[in-house]
Parts: sequence; structure tokens; C-alpha cells
Amino acid sequence: MKNSVTAYGISKSYTEQPALHEIDFSAQPGEIFGFIGADGAGKTTLFKILTTLLKMDAGKAEVCGYDVDKDFKTIRKIIGYMPGTFSLYGDLSVEENLRFFARVFESTLEENFDLIRDIYVLLEPFKKRRAADLSGGMKQKLALCCALIHKPEVLFLDEPTTGVDPVSRQEFWQNLKTVSGQGITTLVSTPYMDEARQCDRVALIQSGKILQIDTPENIVNSFPKGLIVLKTTENKNILMNELRKIAEAESVFSFGESIHITCEPNKKQELISIITSTSKGTISFDAQAKPDIEDCFLYYMQRENVKSDN
Amino acid sequence: MSNLIIETENLTKKFGEFTAVDAITFDVSEGEIFGFLGANGAGKTTAMKMLCGLLLPTSGKASVAGYDVYSQSEKIKLNIGYMSQKFSLFADLTVWENIEFYAGIYKMKPTLIKSHGAKLLQELELEKQKRRLIGTLPLGIRQKLAFSIAIIHEPRLVFLDEPTGGVDPITRRRFWEMIYEASSRGITVFVTTHYMDEAEYCDRISMMVDGSIKGLDTPANLKAQFQSKTMYDVFLKLARKSV
Repeated sequence: MKNSVTAYGISKSYTEQPALHEIDFSAQPGEIFGFIGADGAGKTTLFKILTTLLKMDAGKAEVCGYDVDKDFKTIRKIIGYMPGTFSLYGDLSVEENLRFFARVFESTLEENFDLIRDIYVLLEPFKKRRAADLSGGMKQKLALCCALIHKPEVLFLDEPTTGVDPVSRQEFWQNLKTVSGQGITTLVSTPYMDEARQCDRVALIQSGKILQIDTPENIVNSFPKGLIVLKTTENKNILMNELRKIAEAESVFSFGESIHITCEPNKKQELISIITSTSKGTISFDAQAKPDIEDCFLYYMQRENVKSDN
Repeated sequence: MSNLIIETENLTKKFGEFTAVDAITFDVSEGEIFGFLGANGAGKTTAMKMLCGLLLPTSGKASVAGYDVYSQSEKIKLNIGYMSQKFSLFADLTVWENIEFYAGIYKMKPTLIKSHGAKLLQELELEKQKRRLIGTLPLGIRQKLAFSIAIIHEPRLVFLDEPTGGVDPITRRRFWEMIYEASSRGITVFVTTHYMDEAEYCDRISMMVDGSIKGLDTPANLKAQFQSKTMYDVFLKLARKSV
């Protein structure tokens, strides 16, 4: 199918510990599909397999209906790939890099200029500058332009925002949405949980396994636990240690200045009264609080850890 | 007034025409967890390099752990700890070899390396993994070990440069528990991060924008000052101004 990416049971091991374990997913045409997970989760391995740079041990995958194993030559022409590490030519200028990548794909800078116009205007003042001398944010914009210059059908972005500050990260996502609006399917990976909401659908990935796949809203709405969010005026760490002793509290985690506690949904009121009676300081509960992606990730990650311990 | 472990006055670094750090003045008290925040390119790394004794300032004053950054940079290096996500343990050395290597860099005596190293392994429950290659250990354990090794010589001050970048949410939180533990033993922590929830964990925060410090206070006071609900909003308000 046009513009889609499908994986059936992809597995890959470098050592005895599998890097990817039976990965299944399907990205629909035109959507932004995010892989959210920490370093070592298997994101880069998966992207290398899908971009035909690495062979899988077992399973099958298709990009735009082409088999990654057999049709790798075709796939390479119709995808754009931005690896996690800076991979442009440092001693070529901004413009030279763009022209080079266009020519590799038998295109020109002018042919698909519309696609990168919004991002390129930000780079234009530096077009004669060597890529190596650009700031981090500018390098990232140039890399995105170079991955797009041949108008790929599918775009693979491996951790485009890692190590980037919150403001620049927001800018990057805005740029990406402009691109995605033009019908390109985008697969993007990130270790930042808060970027999940920028994607149409996400896969939460940990230790080579997909924990959950859905829209960010559905993942959050189907959080299976009761969540209590509170703030305290006393020492937060002392309170957290106290809370961990309460049997009804299944998990106790720090979230910025708040503490998040999970429990069985029907135990929530009971637990709130226990907490109120045990605490010495002033506690304020946030009754409106809803779980976010990080709550969900923590929950599924712990559930997976328990499974693998048994 | 508590003891100041870092003092700077109009500390400045220029690279040619470009002013990377523009007359910053701030103090860090002994035992504090001090968050050093700012956008990419704001000058954080340059400032940190000067404080660690790796880069000479162009002008201004600074002392770290009682030593002058101009004339006593070697003393500074021996009396601080340093750890970052990028610059960490050697994957192809064993746990013990990493301990010996870093302790050696801090010029610890062999007898002291033995006793401190043994204590460290005991605390982390890694005695059995002593001869394992670092590369074969899970990321969470490596992270803990890297931090413990960064303070094996019992420095008064440790610099953590984005220690939790790319780390999973559970490991990230456990790491902060270690930071608190070190802080409760009196070690001053100077930390950079791009996670705004972690900014809330610091006693005080400085926000760098275009080479200058544009905000410096407790997280609560900064939120009040910039009429923001979260540190993320404070960051957006301050960093946006510069764009």
C-alpha cells in the first residue's frame, strides 16, 4: 500500500539479549507515528531494519508495499532517513549539502523546493556557511531538509530532538507538521515522553518490546489504574518513603514538584483517606489530575518487568 | 551565611567577536542542588568548562571549591567530580578497571582506591559483577555506577552534565534519589538538564539566555516571578524572548 509501513514479528539480536523481540505495527499513509522509549530500547535497530541498512533475524516488513529484504533498492529511493547522529558533510556549505543530497536522488534543489521552503527560509541567511559551523538547531533543520529534498514517500527520523532544549524541540515539531501535512508518512523516535502528544499514534517501546500502540489520547484514557496526584509542604522524599509502605499504593513516583501514586481504581478514596491520616505535613490533592503518557509508560514498564522476573 | 563553594563575578568568555558567556555573576552554597538551565547555545557548556578548570575565562572572577579558575585549575580538577551522559564509563573495561582508572585520575592512593572501591561495590551490590565488562551491564546499573565513581574521591562538589538524557523514566527517578542521597551527605550538586520536571527537584535554578543569567532563584520563586504554573512555562517565556 502506498506510503504505509508494516512490520510483522521483527526480531533481531546482537548478543544473547534480543535488541528487538517480535515487533508488530502498521503506520498508515500520512500519519506521524512515534516510537517512544529510552536509550537501548531498540528504536535505532528498528529504524535501521526498516530503512534496509540492517537485516532482521526473523519477521517481515514492508515499506510502501515493498519488502525490506528483497526490494531494498526501490525502498532506498523512496524514503528519507535522518539518523540519530549528525551525518551531513561538515566541510560542505548548507547549500552544497542540499544540492549534493538532491543529486544523489537524481533531483535538484529547485524541483521539490516547496516541500522545504518553510524550513529553508530559516537556514537561508547561513547558506554559505559550512555545515560543521552551524549551531545544533540549525544542523538539525538542515538534516531535515536533506532528508526531504527528494520528496520521499516515507520519512524516518531517528531521535531528531535528543539533547535539544524544550523551545527548539517545539519548533522542530512545528516544522515536522508542515511536512506531514503534505502527505508524507513520518516515523519518528524520541526518548521524551511529552512528545507523544505530537504524534498521531505512538508505540511505547522498552527492552526491544512494544508495550502499547495507540493514539496518545487512547493510551492515556485507558490507563487501568487509579491515579492520585498530590503536593506536600514537608520533605517530599520522606513522604514518598512513607507512602511506599502503604499496601494499597502500588507505585509512588516523583513528578516534578508533585507525587503520583497509583492503586486499584476502586481503592482510590480509601487510599486518599489513609494518606491524609498518615501524613504529618500539609498535603494538597489535585482532584482534576489525569494520567499523562509518562504515567502510562511507567505502569506498562513495571508490568513488563514483573512479567520477565517471573 | 553558609559557605560558598562556587563564586563568580562578571565571568566572561569570548571566542573572537562572539561572547559565549557574558558577565555572569552567581554563587552556589555548600550542599545545594543547583540547576543550570538554558537553551542550546546559551553558553551553559562554556560556563561549565570554565568552572571545571578546562577553559580559561576572558575576564571576570571565579573560584570553585576555594580555588581560583585562572591560577589553580589543576587543584579544581582534583577537587570536583564530573559526570555526563555522553562522557561516562568505558564499555570495554570491567567494573573494577573503571573504578581504578577514574580513581587514578583523581590521584587517589592505591590503598584508598581499594577500600573506597570495595565500599562502593558493596553499596551498589555489585561485588559479584566486579570483573564484568561495563558494556554487558544494564543501562540503569551503569548510570548508578558512573555517578558513584564520579564521587569516589569524596569531592565537595560534583558537576552533572545532562546525566539523565535518553534514560527511561524509572531509571531517571532512581538517579535523582541518588542525587538527593549525595546531597544529604553534604556534596554540592551542579546539574544541567533538558527535563523540566527535574528542574523542580533543584534547590535553586539559574536560567541562561544568550550568554547571560536571566533568572536565578528557587523553582517556586521563579514560577511566581514569571507568572508560570510550571518550570516548562518559565523556560519558554525566558528562552523565547531571545528568539
